[in-house]
Amino acid sequence: MLRTGAQIIWETLIREGVEIVFGFPGGNTIPIHDAMLEYPIRHVLGRHEQGITHMADGYARAGQKLGVALATSGPGATNMITGIATAMMDSSPILCITGQVMSRFVGYDAFQETDMTGVTLPITKHNYLVTNTHDIGRVLREAIFIARSGRPGPVLVDITKDAQQASIDWTPDDSPIQLAGYRPHPSPMPDKVEQAIQLINEAKRPVILAGHGVLLSKAMQELRMFAEKAQIPVAVTLLGIGSFPASHPLNLGMMGMHGEAWVNKAIQQADLLLAFGMRFDDRATGTTHTYAPKAKKVHIDIDLTEINKNVKVDIGLVADLKETLQAMLPHLKENNHDEWLSLINEMKGESAVRDIQNLPDNGHLYAAHVINDIWRITNGKALVVTDVGQHQMWTAQYYHHDEPYNLITSGGLGTMGFGLPAAIGAKFACPEKEVWLVAGDGGFQMTQAELSTAAQEGIKVNVAIINNGYLGMVRQWQEFFYDRRYAATPMRGPDFVKIAEAHGLLGIRVTQRSEVEAAVRKAQQTEGTVVIDFRVEKEDAVYPMVPAGASLDNMIRRPIPEASK
Amino acid sequence: MQHTLVTLVEDKPGTLNRVASLFRRRGFNIESLTVGHTDIPGVSRMTIVMDCDQESAKRLAAYLYKLINVIQVEDLTAKPMVSRDLAMIKVNTSAENRAEIMQYVEIFRAHIIDISNTSIIIEITGDEEKINGFIDVLRPLGIIEMVRTGMVAMARGATSLISNNGKLLNELISA
Repeated sequence: MLRTGAQIIWETLIREGVEIVFGFPGGNTIPIHDAMLEYPIRHVLGRHEQGITHMADGYARAGQKLGVALATSGPGATNMITGIATAMMDSSPILCITGQVMSRFVGYDAFQETDMTGVTLPITKHNYLVTNTHDIGRVLREAIFIARSGRPGPVLVDITKDAQQASIDWTPDDSPIQLAGYRPHPSPMPDKVEQAIQLINEAKRPVILAGHGVLLSKAMQELRMFAEKAQIPVAVTLLGIGSFPASHPLNLGMMGMHGEAWVNKAIQQADLLLAFGMRFDDRATGTTHTYAPKAKKVHIDIDLTEINKNVKVDIGLVADLKETLQAMLPHLKENNHDEWLSLINEMKGESAVRDIQNLPDNGHLYAAHVINDIWRITNGKALVVTDVGQHQMWTAQYYHHDEPYNLITSGGLGTMGFGLPAAIGAKFACPEKEVWLVAGDGGFQMTQAELSTAAQEGIKVNVAIINNGYLGMVRQWQEFFYDRRYAATPMRGPDFVKIAEAHGLLGIRVTQRSEVEAAVRKAQQTEGTVVIDFRVEKEDAVYPMVPAGASLDNMIRRPIPEASK
Repeated sequence: MQHTLVTLVEDKPGTLNRVASLFRRRGFNIESLTVGHTDIPGVSRMTIVMDCDQESAKRLAAYLYKLINVIQVEDLTAKPMVSRDLAMIKVNTSAENRAEIMQYVEIFRAHIIDISNTSIIIEITGDEEKINGFIDVLRPLGIIEMVRTGMVAMARGATSLISNNGKLLNELISA
């Protein structure tokens, strides 16, 4: 078959199951975009290449499938960088296709030329420059295979315009991918499984640390059977939320800098930590010098470089989590850790009185109220996407997920501006789900141009802006550690209701707790994207907080309110 | 301590950049890095020497393993191995000291590969210590310029690099 490079791109993507591409055209994608019109592909036109990359990421995480973003060379491609780095840190399988200048101009500083394979080398799982039409099909298949397999991640394929334009005689290739140096699927390590089981069966105070890897490996069922059989409590990382039902009696909640106090205390007192698909990020561990000092540690991760990286472990298993848990389960002793579980229960102690949810309505609107109300009204079933900052932590604390893949958030990179485009991408992946974006007023403004994308595509995302007129998380650090010197954090935003209206969308403003429910229900009932501007308490802080570099159980707690003392 | 890592890599554009970038990105210093063809078409072999602790060497080997274009990686430091470095050293000469230099060349089993009225170039192959020793001897005579290839290394005995993936993984993650 005679095919142009551009046609080969689309035929290969379609054969790999791609249905939607998030893109933004330019001089060096014109052949690709032109050929697109002949194929059954939905193209979502973003407003900025950062946006389309986050959309592909949100799509990938929500749908557990490949997300594809398409941008032109030079500035189009460099605008993708933040999105690529975000996907890299959070192991999200996206394929970024960028147009490149004609191959004869590569290296000559041509108009809109940037060395994209060079620029993205440290923030992609792998990348390719394609200058020959004959390589396009193979390279795209390899790229998709690499992005999806093992520890997933972003792969960039940079294709010169002449390679897109040239016609060749082409037959699709379905042969297995051959990559000599790529071993994405290590087999479980039987001798280590045996050693780990022995530690687990003897432990008195074990804790499971469930991370994003549980979701990536689809090991939710195995994790649950494991926890229940041996009665081991489960603490989750930010990206591990949803890997174990929030309402399960063995779920402790989130660990780390803004984790619940009892979770961090339990980790510090544990005699065995079972790290399942998590990477001991500094936000999860606090200082590693004093981290879980009494605990033996077993670490299962598919990425060998995570073993012994941040925390030294006693047993490291490099393997797929689901397969490893399956291998362990038959040898796992039925157990009850009643003493340990009731000790943890005691540690919960006064936490309830510190919880802002329990404060009487004093006329102020707190973010926790808003998020807790959204949780209640959506029956905990919404697909929730967040931006980055205080609202992100409050969402992690107050929206309880029983279902997997229902929280999408930028964990590793902490990318402000991630929320809105990721929510749009997530809605495309899961049109049947109710999608809520919780964003701060600061981060929302970074990518708010994508409201225009949502409006043009007719996609429904419910947007809850937690508007405190500050870059709140930085303000909180300034409050706690910089003597309340609010340098560059007060932010006067636009009228978000009018911003929504300018896009032909409904905007609602909420200033009282009593108005929250009606606004949320109104958003649910309205067709199309709705923006709610929640004017919350300006100087509220996220509690508890482990200061950066402190021990995990050294937490700043919410002051106990006068009324309940 | 000095660590010697050996890797087989795919001979593709950018592979050297990926390896070198890893050192920069993770903050390791390379003492020497050599690349050359192997007996397998399309496969090159690198010998990387770095001064770091055992833990860093392990980490680096694991990161190398993870690169898509890296086929095998092994830390030969603690294993029986032979290593060689080649140096070309250009030295000032005069009628008076030429005989002395020839003597050193003989003792160190080096070769003279170029000669002019006022200089000679000496080629020497050996492990690092031998070459360092030779340079120390020549230095008082006046070294004009010098080039070294960096070390290449190979494990002793009939074995090749570890090809069993499970065994390799175990070795790379063992503390």
